[in-house]
Amino acid sequence: MTAIGWFQIILFCAIIVALAKPLGWYMTRIFNGERTFLSPVLRPVEAGLYWIGGVDEKREQHWLTYAVAMLLFHVGGFLILYALMRLQAVLPLNPQEMSAVAPDLAFNTAISFITNTNWQNYGGESTLSYLVQMLGLTHQNFLSAATGIALAVAMIRGFSRSSMRTIGNFWVDVTRCTLYVLLPICVVYTLFLVWQGMPQTLQPYVDATTLEGAKQTIAVGPVASQVAIKMLGTNGGGFFNANAAHPFENPTALSNFIQMLSIFAIGAALTNVFGRMVGDQRQGWAILAVMGVLFFAGVAVTYWAEAGGTTALSSLGLTGGNMEGKEVRFGIVASSLFAVITTAASCGAVNAMHDSFTALGGMIPLINIQLGEIIIGGVGAGLYGMLLFVVLAIFVAGLMVGRTPEYAGKKIEAREVKMAMLAILILPLMILGWTAVAVVYPPAVASMANSGPHGFTEVLYAFSSATGNNGSAFGGLTGNTFFYNLTLASSMFVGRFLMIIPAMALAGSLAAKKSIAPSAGTLPTTGGLFVGLVVGVILIIGGLTFFPALALGPIVEHLAGNANTLF
Amino acid sequence: MLRELRPAILVLVLLTLITGLAYPLAMTAIAGMIFPKQAQGSLIEKGGKVIGSALIGQEFKQDKYFHGRPSATSGPDPADSTKIVSAPYNAANSSGSNLGPTSKALNDRIREDVEKLKAENPKATVPVDLVTTSGSGLDPDISPEAALFQVPRVAKVRNMPEDRIRALVTENTKDRFVGLLGEPRVNVLALNLALDAAGPK
Repeated sequence: MTAIGWFQIILFCAIIVALAKPLGWYMTRIFNGERTFLSPVLRPVEAGLYWIGGVDEKREQHWLTYAVAMLLFHVGGFLILYALMRLQAVLPLNPQEMSAVAPDLAFNTAISFITNTNWQNYGGESTLSYLVQMLGLTHQNFLSAATGIALAVAMIRGFSRSSMRTIGNFWVDVTRCTLYVLLPICVVYTLFLVWQGMPQTLQPYVDATTLEGAKQTIAVGPVASQVAIKMLGTNGGGFFNANAAHPFENPTALSNFIQMLSIFAIGAALTNVFGRMVGDQRQGWAILAVMGVLFFAGVAVTYWAEAGGTTALSSLGLTGGNMEGKEVRFGIVASSLFAVITTAASCGAVNAMHDSFTALGGMIPLINIQLGEIIIGGVGAGLYGMLLFVVLAIFVAGLMVGRTPEYAGKKIEAREVKMAMLAILILPLMILGWTAVAVVYPPAVASMANSGPHGFTEVLYAFSSATGNNGSAFGGLTGNTFFYNLTLASSMFVGRFLMIIPAMALAGSLAAKKSIAPSAGTLPTTGGLFVGLVVGVILIIGGLTFFPALALGPIVEHLAGNANTLF
Repeated sequence: MLRELRPAILVLVLLTLITGLAYPLAMTAIAGMIFPKQAQGSLIEKGGKVIGSALIGQEFKQDKYFHGRPSATSGPDPADSTKIVSAPYNAANSSGSNLGPTSKALNDRIREDVEKLKAENPKATVPVDLVTTSGSGLDPDISPEAALFQVPRVAKVRNMPEDRIRALVTENTKDRFVGLLGEPRVNVLALNLALDAAGPK
């Protein structure tokens, strides 16, 4: 570990905190339907969309209608994406003449992109046409991100409203988020990325003759426009197979730093939106502090583990940390930081191969996902996930002092706690359930690339990543098989939608309640005590649920590795 | 609920066209005008022929060139396209090795590479990046230490003084971005082009 390494980490954290307030202010205006400096240009487009779509922007929806609208929107998105992949061979913008994507892979990929997971069983440059990359993947990158943010805003309205039946209009929230938040940032961001060296072209792959006279086919394409939203929307699905490790998908240390910032920017700002909407920004800062504590601890462990390297490397006289699977331009620190960021948020882009991380260095990304990706989290999904844990923490605190628990002026009662538990239990059900099936089903075992405990970790990581809608992988696992295409798709689907529905039910039930003024018996939810309490609840729930599985994977591998036992 | 069907189709289609076609096509047009070189992939031409991209590593096996890092990419066997074989620096199929820290296969491969490099330059410590594969398999860079490690070999084959080669390495070493972000590095293709331009004395 070096001083300059720690400086990069601290600089990153400082910028995220500094961005939260202005971006939170802007997004609050957007979701309150107020005018912004972009309104003169975008308002006509927005109004046109409502007119053609038959949306009455003044009419708000009950939580159930809101959820149904969201589901219908995704059914349509799924059909478009699936059809594009199956038909790509006969559609235009396919200079490499890619053939149709196989049905199970297309199914997996379509589910993957509508759930904001972006798991890569496909290899971008070797499977997909430019049309699918743009019209299929780029569009879902936008819409699944906008949906996540819309749902978080609906949940916030649950807290901020008093005695109301409605939580907003899904169509308005999604449209405004796409037009006013995501698109304008992406336009500027894309140009920055191209400037840094990212291709943005419809030309076919380039055939080069190398200095030594060999033939090298260089894949290019409309990369930058997709990468911008891939990062900003915490989607993470790569244009290329190697994702953000690919020099075209992450050309420089600067592009890498900005990509890391863009993963966290919206998620962190949403905590400020929450604070503003419930009328006390300190509530937002308290949630950001919970996230910050967990994040910093994770970065410290991974950086320490990767900089330390492995016994196998040091016994060969190699120093300088574990560089297997990492790029020279990023080195140890930017690779470790990226890995923790991408899994804390549900991004899943990778700039180094997690499969080749040290046992403990790779365990932190895994834990981040298993905690429910609430450390910043996916855009929107992170905030509503975190609020579920807050509800539980408040409930636990209420039990301890014997009072009715309250949060942001709302009484937390049996229905809220049930809904929060239902959503949280989805994670262990899908992760541990499918992992257990996969390790006793021989064709699934055959997909492991590594033997010993690391092979088990590959499978555990795959189902964690899919259920958490992360999308990063211990990439050695051959996921493009019938078994994994279907089981991972089911994990992604359940992990996304069976978490959303209880969360929306919770929002609806909160919105219907009266807001009550804090009394002497109310636990203050803006101080250190509250932050510590929530961190504790998250770690206890995550720890008790996943520790046994982690002990069989990364922990035993760490001990074996220290003894230089190889598999 | 039925009234949500119309927006579910029409809002979806319109947003799809805006974000999936209008946006990427507009960005392609604008980027092509403002940054034409980068937009095409930062290609390097020599004598009218494309010899590679400044950002994409390529395989160097000859002793007269600096070598990049080992690459784990694969590709179809030229003899039998149904088989997948190792194809280092295949820029149409990026990939890392995905071998874990306790992998015997990884350890054996690294040990072999370390021994080869030790035989080549017994005095220096073997730099870790020269024996580990990159995440993409297309890493265009090596660390300055990894470049300096290879100076004696290149100097001998080219019959050039080591100081001259070392100076070329220094010239082609890029520092961290504003001294803070990333790591110092040497672009292997750029260095080898500079080497060819310097020529044997």
